Amino acid sequence: MSKIHVTTTVNGDEVDFLCDPRETLLDCLRDRLNLTGAKEGCGTGDCGACSVTLDGRLVCSCLVLGVEAEGKEIGTVEGIADGDVLHPLQKKFIEYAALQCGVCTPGILVAAKALLEKNPDPTEEEVRYWLAGNLCRCTGYDKIIRAVMDTAAELREAV
Amino acid sequence: MDYHSPASFAEASALAANATGITRFLAGGTDVLVQMRADIVTPDTLIDIKKIDGVRDITRNDDGSWTIGVAVTGAEMSEHPELGRDWPGVVEAMDLIGSTQVQGRATLTGNLCNASPAADSVPAMVAAGVTVTVTGPNGDREVPVEQIPTAPGRTSLAKGELISALHIPARGENGGDAYLRFIPRTEMDIAVVGCGVNLRIDGDTITEARVSLGAVAPTVLLVEDCARAIIGTKLDEAALEALAAAASAACNPINDKRGTIEFRTEVAGVLAKRAARIAYARAKGEKA
Ligand SMILES: Cc1cc2nc3c(=O)[nH]c(=O)nc-3n(C[C@H](O)[C@H](O)[C@H](O)COP(=O)(O)OP(=O)(O)OC[C@H]3O[C@@H](n4cnc5c(N)ncnc54)[C@H](O)[C@@H]3O)c2cc1C
Ligand code: FES
Ligand code: FES
Repeated sequence: MSKIHVTTTVNGDEVDFLCDPRETLLDCLRDRLNLTGAKEGCGTGDCGACSVTLDGRLVCSCLVLGVEAEGKEIGTVEGIADGDVLHPLQKKFIEYAALQCGVCTPGILVAAKALLEKNPDPTEEEVRYWLAGNLCRCTGYDKIIRAVMDTAAELREAV
Repeated sequence: MDYHSPASFAEASALAANATGITRFLAGGTDVLVQMRADIVTPDTLIDIKKIDGVRDITRNDDGSWTIGVAVTGAEMSEHPELGRDWPGVVEAMDLIGSTQVQGRATLTGNLCNASPAADSVPAMVAAGVTVTVTGPNGDREVPVEQIPTAPGRTSLAKGELISALHIPARGENGGDAYLRFIPRTEMDIAVVGCGVNLRIDGDTITEARVSLGAVAPTVLLVEDCARAIIGTKLDEAALEALAAAASAACNPINDKRGTIEFRTEVAGVLAKRAARIAYARAKGEKA
């Protein structure tokens, strides 16, 4: 099977890789580009652990083919912090202990960031619906929701 | 698996017509990739239609009708400032599909061509009277949405044929539509029953209606007895009861862990009444 050459932008950097057309974007990120932040929980779109943005739109990278990334802009959890400076969401997740095993955390951070960019003042219900496709087996969600709500409040005060 | 990303529907059709083995088109991939992953279907040929010009466009035509590109996502439909004002039922039905992440990819066309009896957007499209343009080796034909699925997982599309556009009729005056589904939880589940209603009124009286049911038969149904039960009425209690009875009578559901035959049959009637009330209120210009 001949491999396909893909050129794409990940977290602002142009990258390229060779992949089989059946490989998912998630596999390409993890195995070809060594960006292991996005996790595979289910591989079928149910858990959201693989969440990334594709041209700014939140998607499950397990439901996107690597070849579909050609010419696109991908955003992963690795691009959320500014160098050593954590993103406000990341700080609040630590402050609230909004994670235990951490497998869901990269996907939830990417998803929550996408929400706050679209809606800086979400209600709790809106946060819960937006994150309904991000499953967490550890925390019971409450701390995650509170961390997102508090980040939103802090970001609103900052502007 | 060969991956192609043709630049036109004619090219996509020719690729499919000449392909051997299993062919799939790739819109949002939220069914195709799940089926690949689960080893249910591994296509030999995968034809990505997203690089064709115009496939992401939502266009309001001069006559008030809408043309929806085959790669328009649920999120793009919900964000559109006017589409949901004309056709709230269609937009809400699409919006029920999956999570935020799935909404960023899933399309009406994929939902239709995957041909699940429980596909959420399909009853809403059937009620709205949506048609599709099918492009094939012999040119284009227009087909009503209800004629595309023929059985679970099967469509009436011939080898080499694909959908190249969806058309929603002009909303026109005094019309309203609605879609409701029943699921055991509040998000991320498959419809146990779905019901789409689209109607028009003159004063308080219903003059036109289309009612569609999902997940109660091998394909989504257009139920003419339901329409007959409410046309000419003011949607009073008697009309609602007749509507519910017609909806239940049309059901030919399966028994499974999500719902028994009796439950689905009863819920179909309940949802038909509720969806009709919402569509009626919308036709009157009330918020619903
Ligand atoms: C987590 C999750 C939750 C879901 N929840 C729901 C739900 O609540 N309700 C629901 O109804 N569905 C649900 N789905 C199923 C799926 O998301 C929908 O059916 C979706 O609308 C499919 O659209 P797509 O663009 O992703 O299709 P794709 O996967 O790209 O394609 C689906 C089928 O359509 C065919 N096809 C695509 N484009 C064309 C074309 N132009 N011409 C001819 N054939 C074409 C393909 O060959 C394939 O057979 C869910 C899926 C996931 C992963
Ligand atoms: S791994 Fe992609 S949604 Fe679970
Ligand atoms: S912290 Fe373990 S899954 Fe969420």
